[in-house]
Amino acid sequence: MDYFHGYSVVGLVAVVGVLFVAVAFGAGRLLRPVVPTQEKMLTYECGVDPVGEGWAHTQIRYYVYSFLYVIFAVDTIFLFPWATVFAAPGFGATTLVEMFVFIGFLAVGLLYAWKKGVLEWT
Amino acid sequence: MNDILDVALRLVAVLVVFLTFPLLVGQAEHKVMAHMQGRLGPMYAGGFHGWAQLVADGVKFAQKEDIVPAEADRRIFQLAPAVALLPYLLVLIAIPVGPNGFVGQAIDAGLFFVLAVMGVGVLGSLMAGWASANKFSLLGGLRTAAQLMAYELPMLLAAASVAMAAGTLSLPGIVDAYQWWWTPWQIVGALVFFIAGLAELQRPPFDMPVADSEIIFGAYTEYTGLRFALFLLAEYAGIVVLCGLTTVLFLGGWHGPWADSVGWVWTLLKTAVLAFVVIWLRVTYPRLREDQLQKLAWTVLIPLALAQIALTGVVKVVIS
Repeated sequence: MDYFHGYSVVGLVAVVGVLFVAVAFGAGRLLRPVVPTQEKMLTYECGVDPVGEGWAHTQIRYYVYSFLYVIFAVDTIFLFPWATVFAAPGFGATTLVEMFVFIGFLAVGLLYAWKKGVLEWT
Repeated sequence: MNDILDVALRLVAVLVVFLTFPLLVGQAEHKVMAHMQGRLGPMYAGGFHGWAQLVADGVKFAQKEDIVPAEADRRIFQLAPAVALLPYLLVLIAIPVGPNGFVGQAIDAGLFFVLAVMGVGVLGSLMAGWASANKFSLLGGLRTAAQLMAYELPMLLAAASVAMAAGTLSLPGIVDAYQWWWTPWQIVGALVFFIAGLAELQRPPFDMPVADSEIIFGAYTEYTGLRFALFLLAEYAGIVVLCGLTTVLFLGGWHGPWADSVGWVWTLLKTAVLAFVVIWLRVTYPRLREDQLQKLAWTVLIPLALAQIALTGVVKVVIS
């Protein structure tokens, strides 16, 4: 019961937050002038007329990082439940060895990516 | 009835903290930066050392026209500031201030909750960057996303190290379990956490995604008025949250002399000192290039965080 009580308060904070934003936007609408002109609505591009469209081609070098991130982050999540019990009586040495196996996997993965040159930009 | 009043009071308190503390940090930044650079900073607004500068800024922002570019993805563009801002409000309720339940709401898996929710804030910048249909914004948004991916990981690992040391994920529980020697023991984790947090907030020297002199504030290029103000508020609320979390996780929160009666003062004091450091770093270091940013995260911070976890594990098993 306590468990749900905690998160229901969090939910209420979210409601308060949404209300705050709604009130701010609503009040802003009443306070500010609205004088749209064609030039104002143009996409900004250093003060000259924009060339092509905004969703332009860019070289994305980040996607390999995102793969790496997903792999590592999913692994890391498992650390949290484990962290609360690993030093409990009777676990000690066993869990410590497990931890080194776990960190070893992460480290080898990272070293592999490093060697492959994925972590280098240029 | 009492319960309802209690909850209502907590909600109001969190909202008030959320709306005032970022302004205090912002004003401190104006003045501290100015004095570090041999200037005076704002002196006019409000009379006494320009104390009302940010209030005046707020009034100005509220009166400015709200422009949505014709090409933009209208709904997403308008919602993005809210998505960037609200996670920090949610996080604030879980940060313990003083002993004996002086916290907005104690959550069992507080550490986990806090880290998960903080990650959402970056989505706001990504939404803004994509929805603006602007080349600068797109670049900024992508850089923001890349930065989140690089720095979320060392942050998680450093936080996991504290969870291991304390044997709990509850934030008040972590502070309860704190001993003074944790700070030297976890110092590497603390530095990794703080640096990664700075990077996630896109604070200088990690402000490549919003580099104003290169990509015109990145994802926020097209924003004006109130919506731009909300993005700024999100940045400073982020500083408050990051400093508060670092205090709670690594610096012992309310621990200090006479913690039972004035514990909350210690928490606020430590948070304020860290906020000062954040400002200090902004004045001191030049901006890191995008490739240097990624390299720092993957080749320095993550190995350091893994080493910290190993150290924490060994020490913890040896002493228990």
